[in-house]
Amino acid sequence: MSIWEYANPVRFMRTSAVLLPWVTGLAVLALGAGLVWGFFFTPDDFRQGSTVKIIYVHVPSATMAINIWAMMLITSLIWVVRRHHVSVLAAKAAAPVGATMTAIALITGAVWGQPMWGTWWEWDPRLTAFLILFLFYLGYMALWAAIENPDTAADLTSILCLVGSVFAVISRYAINFWNQGLHQGASLSLDKEENVADVFWQPLVISLAGFFFLFLALLLVRTRTEIRARRLMALKARERLA
Amino acid sequence: MRLSVHDLACRRGGLPVLAGVSFTVEAGEALVLRGPNGVGKTTLLRTLAGLQPAAAGRVEVPEDSIAYAGHADGLKAALSVRANLAFWAAAYGTRDIAPALAAFDLERLLDRPAADLSAGQKRRLGLARMTVTGRPVWIFDEPTVSLDTANTRLFAEMVARHLAGGGLALMATHIDLGIAAQVLDLTPFRDTGTGGPEAGAGDAFLDGSF
Amino acid sequence: MGALLTRDLALAVKAGGGFGLSLAFFLIVVTLVPFGVGPETGRLAEIAPGILWVGALLACLLSLDRLFQLDWEDGSLDLLAVSPLPMEGVVATKALAHWITTGLPLTLAAPVLGLLLNLPGPGYLWLLVSLALGTPALSMIGAFGAALTVGLKRGGLLLSLLVLPLYVPTLIFGAEVVRRAIDGQAFATPLAMLAGLTLATLALLPFAAAAAIRINLR
Repeated sequence: MSIWEYANPVRFMRTSAVLLPWVTGLAVLALGAGLVWGFFFTPDDFRQGSTVKIIYVHVPSATMAINIWAMMLITSLIWVVRRHHVSVLAAKAAAPVGATMTAIALITGAVWGQPMWGTWWEWDPRLTAFLILFLFYLGYMALWAAIENPDTAADLTSILCLVGSVFAVISRYAINFWNQGLHQGASLSLDKEENVADVFWQPLVISLAGFFFLFLALLLVRTRTEIRARRLMALKARERLA
Repeated sequence: MRLSVHDLACRRGGLPVLAGVSFTVEAGEALVLRGPNGVGKTTLLRTLAGLQPAAAGRVEVPEDSIAYAGHADGLKAALSVRANLAFWAAAYGTRDIAPALAAFDLERLLDRPAADLSAGQKRRLGLARMTVTGRPVWIFDEPTVSLDTANTRLFAEMVARHLAGGGLALMATHIDLGIAAQVLDLTPFRDTGTGGPEAGAGDAFLDGSF
Repeated sequence: MGALLTRDLALAVKAGGGFGLSLAFFLIVVTLVPFGVGPETGRLAEIAPGILWVGALLACLLSLDRLFQLDWEDGSLDLLAVSPLPMEGVVATKALAHWITTGLPLTLAAPVLGLLLNLPGPGYLWLLVSLALGTPALSMIGAFGAALTVGLKRGGLLLSLLVLPLYVPTLIFGAEVVRRAIDGQAFATPLAMLAGLTLATLALLPFAAAAAIRINLR
């Protein structure tokens, strides 16, 4: 059996029905544990005070915002190359979640920036790049919504996703060039010297896992909905033709 | 030169329309498609012209041999008859628009903007365009709409000349043009997707049970 | 290709709208800015490069939705797809025609409008150069957006939503060239980036746009 078997809608529906409760459970557990630990059982930062605790929402949502787009890029490519419907429907299902994650990252960033930088919004490269990413999500979703024929919509949104990804990367470099910014360096990196202190790090990783499983659960639910909608559409069409 | 179609299936807007269509048209022959509205004549012709992919089956025809005339004439209202034809002649790498003008008696209208043409005159110009393509396989979708009897005869003569010159033609029309042609009724090839348990086979969203 | 270019240019001239409208729009945008930010020449001079670039970009956007829409409506796009012209070439040619009727006049008009905003001396030349280098990318990116939305009834608004985020890098590098030239800083890097971006766009986007058109014709 190959992994492509899951690209069959029926198989996907069966497998996802089994997985969904587990993924949801993991999401609730990890998110609950990570956020409670992070908010209530970590010390205040010596410079940033308790404001630092927004990191447990800000960093995971920002990480998911980028990775969800990357996932959409991969699933769109799979659709273009192998024409698996589930793949492109997963991209469609992921987009609103990704847009919400981006919005959360932007809002928490503003809330964090106000006491730290003294301003709600700063045209800092990272913040600006996320704003642009948000616009890309909006465009992607708007294109899906505008096209009636689902296969045409799938093809065109996939092309937009591919081209948009290239431009998103170029924009990131252009924005860096345009303004050096105030934002601190990466919060999580393999280079230990750069990392946030261990006390903050452990709950952060758990929240990150929580956000990941939350996304996975939402993705499964939304993809199942999309598949059902497509089946309904196909059944109605068959009835009309009969 | 020959066009052969094997077991072709077509879809329109993601829905199955036709299945199992097979026929062969040899050089010098014409094929007329018949069938009620919505049976899939336009879809089949667009598939043959390469504007949409076939859902199944195959079309065998030499590369770059098809010219297509659809419902719309593709005319630019602001340009003259001459400019409209000359553009398509240039696009197909043929320079001479005189035979096309002669075929539909368009010389008098040469410098008139397409906007000022009547519906029938526009249609004549759209059909005359096929002559400047220099391509052997002509595909027409309802070519005689808005043509009067005299011009329908001119159209039949143009097609007859094309066939005599070794070309071939496919068209969807309800009018008898007086050209010797195979007639293919598409009604039996209709794919309603309700043919028993295998209905909708190939559609990932109709297969199996959820 | 040559025939297509001549045809599109002839249509743009005969339709009358093409050249004039986007230029007039550009003029209006530039005229409105001082009403919004106040008439102090110092402040206007400071924001002039950005205003001129953003104005040119919006004016460029204005005529994009008609790029393929008219050919789609009258059936020409079907006929072009069946013709020997490769769709990539058709897209690139149409983008070129769009640039000649929109980007080029905007580029030439920009220094004149620069006067209205009190653009500092060294800015004029580099405004002209940066727009000349950048506007072809704007037309090509716009053609891609137009190809995605060609079959849609109200594609115009969606087109803006799709295209504007893609304009970000071009705008950043283009305006940066002018800003740095005015401040007497080295601007070779943004200029090279702008040129590279335009070349890459012209080389790659026709394929994406042609694919989108073929999908829309199905």
